[in-house]
Amino acid sequence: MGNKKTHKWWQKFIGQKMTPSGWLSFFVFGLGQMKNKQKGKALFFFVFQFVYAAIEFLTSSIVKPGLPGQPEYWGYSFFRRGIHGFISLGETTGGRFRDNSPVMMIEGIIAIFLLLILIVIWLMNIKDANESYLSYKRTGEVQSSKEFYKEVFEAGFAYVVSAPALILLMFVSILPILFSFLTAFTNWDAYHNPPADLIDWVGLDNFFQILQLPGWRSTFLGVASWTVIWAILSTFTTFFGGLLLATVINNKRVIFKKVWRTILILPWAIPSMVSLLVFKNFLNQTYGPLNRLLEANIPWLNDAVIAKITLVVINFWLGVPYFMMLMTGILTSFDKTIYEAAKVDGANSNQSFWRITFPILISQVTPLLIMSFAGNFNNFGVVFFLSGGGPRNINFEYANHTDILITWIYNMTKDFKMYNMASVMSILIFLLIGSISTWNFLRSDAFKEDN
Amino acid sequence: MRNRHKHKNTMSTVERIKDVMAYIGIYSILIILAISILYPVIWIVGSAFNPGSSLASATAIPKHPTLNNFIRLLEETNYKRWYLNTLSIALVNMTVSVVLVGTMGYVFARLKFVGKRFGLLTILILQMFPSFMGMIAIYVFFLNFGLLNQPLALVIIYSAGQIPYNTWLIKGYLRNVSVSLDEAAQIDGASKLQIYTKIVLPIMFPILTFVAITQFMAPWFDYILPSFLISSTERKTLAVGLYELINTQTNTNFTMFAAGAVLVAAPIAILYLFLQRYLIDGLSAGANKE
Repeated sequence: MGNKKTHKWWQKFIGQKMTPSGWLSFFVFGLGQMKNKQKGKALFFFVFQFVYAAIEFLTSSIVKPGLPGQPEYWGYSFFRRGIHGFISLGETTGGRFRDNSPVMMIEGIIAIFLLLILIVIWLMNIKDANESYLSYKRTGEVQSSKEFYKEVFEAGFAYVVSAPALILLMFVSILPILFSFLTAFTNWDAYHNPPADLIDWVGLDNFFQILQLPGWRSTFLGVASWTVIWAILSTFTTFFGGLLLATVINNKRVIFKKVWRTILILPWAIPSMVSLLVFKNFLNQTYGPLNRLLEANIPWLNDAVIAKITLVVINFWLGVPYFMMLMTGILTSFDKTIYEAAKVDGANSNQSFWRITFPILISQVTPLLIMSFAGNFNNFGVVFFLSGGGPRNINFEYANHTDILITWIYNMTKDFKMYNMASVMSILIFLLIGSISTWNFLRSDAFKEDN
Repeated sequence: MRNRHKHKNTMSTVERIKDVMAYIGIYSILIILAISILYPVIWIVGSAFNPGSSLASATAIPKHPTLNNFIRLLEETNYKRWYLNTLSIALVNMTVSVVLVGTMGYVFARLKFVGKRFGLLTILILQMFPSFMGMIAIYVFFLNFGLLNQPLALVIIYSAGQIPYNTWLIKGYLRNVSVSLDEAAQIDGASKLQIYTKIVLPIMFPILTFVAITQFMAPWFDYILPSFLISSTERKTLAVGLYELINTQTNTNFTMFAAGAVLVAAPIAILYLFLQRYLIDGLSAGANKE
């Protein structure tokens, strides 16, 4: 038995083998525990089955008669109705008994989620019955219910105090994300507008559309490649800019270091939305002070190429102080003796920077660079407030020249109600950013320690 | 030092030129950057005191400075309401977030329980989704629960959305603190609740302060969420109000926008400059997760 190789996958879920107690618990929660003479524990498990059964019973048409003339499935009880609605996404439109597809989808997700919890408890209940039975066979003793409850309470503290946060996450984070994920597989777009219309499952159609329809494909490729270029450029310019400034300001030739530092930190302290809106006007082609000052007519934000450069430059303005402060912190924490040693060995300052400082720096800031890349990849503010995605690109679907994926999603959702396509994009972003961040995280100490 | 002195005496013409070039290089970088940072800032502050109302007439140093724009802002728009709305959201969000994240951080850093690893990975993955990916579903929820157009309901989303990141942040922070105190207290018979309130909470104070500041700041310039969920003018938050002030077709609100921007950005900028060392430490701790 101790040999790991003989373990079957199901033993993880239901214990070593099915026992009579296990079979009793298989049918009625807690019945096996009854047989094992653990009344308290039996009650604990039975309560779950009872609550679920009660919900299903109280919401059924036996207790709650439906309205006359309603469709049959309107009278289904909670879980059945949830699953039915999830699969069909509604059948009738208009009139008194019209179905609201998104609501049905959410109710379905909730019902399925609750049922999954029930299944987990059911398996725990079977496993516990089996294990207690076998241990009774072996030792002739069972754990008393008192001990069990004490154990549950101790373990339960973690669950009880984190429950509010978890419930909040459940409704505000997990459910919406699941919902949005599933939307990618429906036809919920500008032409299907619930509750007036129903929406339906369409499988992978939306994904094929992006790959096959020329308009969507060229938009996707255009926007995605600019997003990647943008994320790389903005991360590297701010990083190297910050590094340069940190070394410049630490240079012995600079006087009034504190004054310079305060000026250079200023963009970080000003809320970026305000800075961006100010720059949008500052760079206005006709009335903006910059063009008036230069006595020129440069289309800072109205030409596809210049606008892209402007975005990177303004992002530099916004992002450089943070990296500068970070680099200053890291540089001052360096062990000075290495430099002394390098000097003795005849290295000049150039060499000791590129051979010593830089490699250590890179190894320390790699996780930060990756985080910053992910942040810039989804940098909504800079694009939205500064250029608004413009200038116009008539070849793109719902996007313009400087739009990145996240602002494209925003446009599709807010202005054009192309929810399905927006969700497809979200999934693609998630796959990309998610895998980069996971890879980054798996390398970090924080994770390794928890293994 | 001595080394350098010797250098100076024997400095060749080439080295002297190099030294001068270094001075020129360094100071030209600093001066160019300082101008490009200060000019827009001075310009927007100046615009706020400009007598005209349009972008074209706004100058960095107004010839006849006036408070007219501030008066117009307070009288003709709902700026005061927006400010109050945002302030109350910020305060409630700060409180709720600190309470939630404090307990979550403690639980995931110090306690052992079934499902911990699963929980940690789940919140990690949640953190990777674009923030408004679930917006449609949230909209449907809010619609069904009658929460649309309620500024304070935004707190639900703000405080939930920050849980994953800050839980990891606090977990990382507590990692550097020995568990020996907890264990000693446990041996003395302290309950987990007592350990939390009497021992761990005081230890967490600095990082919780960081969470409090960032959570207080977050709602001021969040645009996406309120733009989806709030529609009536007097319930808007500052970010939406300011944005709409400037994003209208007519070009007559610019100096009013400048006044509004200065009114809200100045206190925040001063606060940031004041707390800079502290905020940077927190930010880099979160980024490193180490």
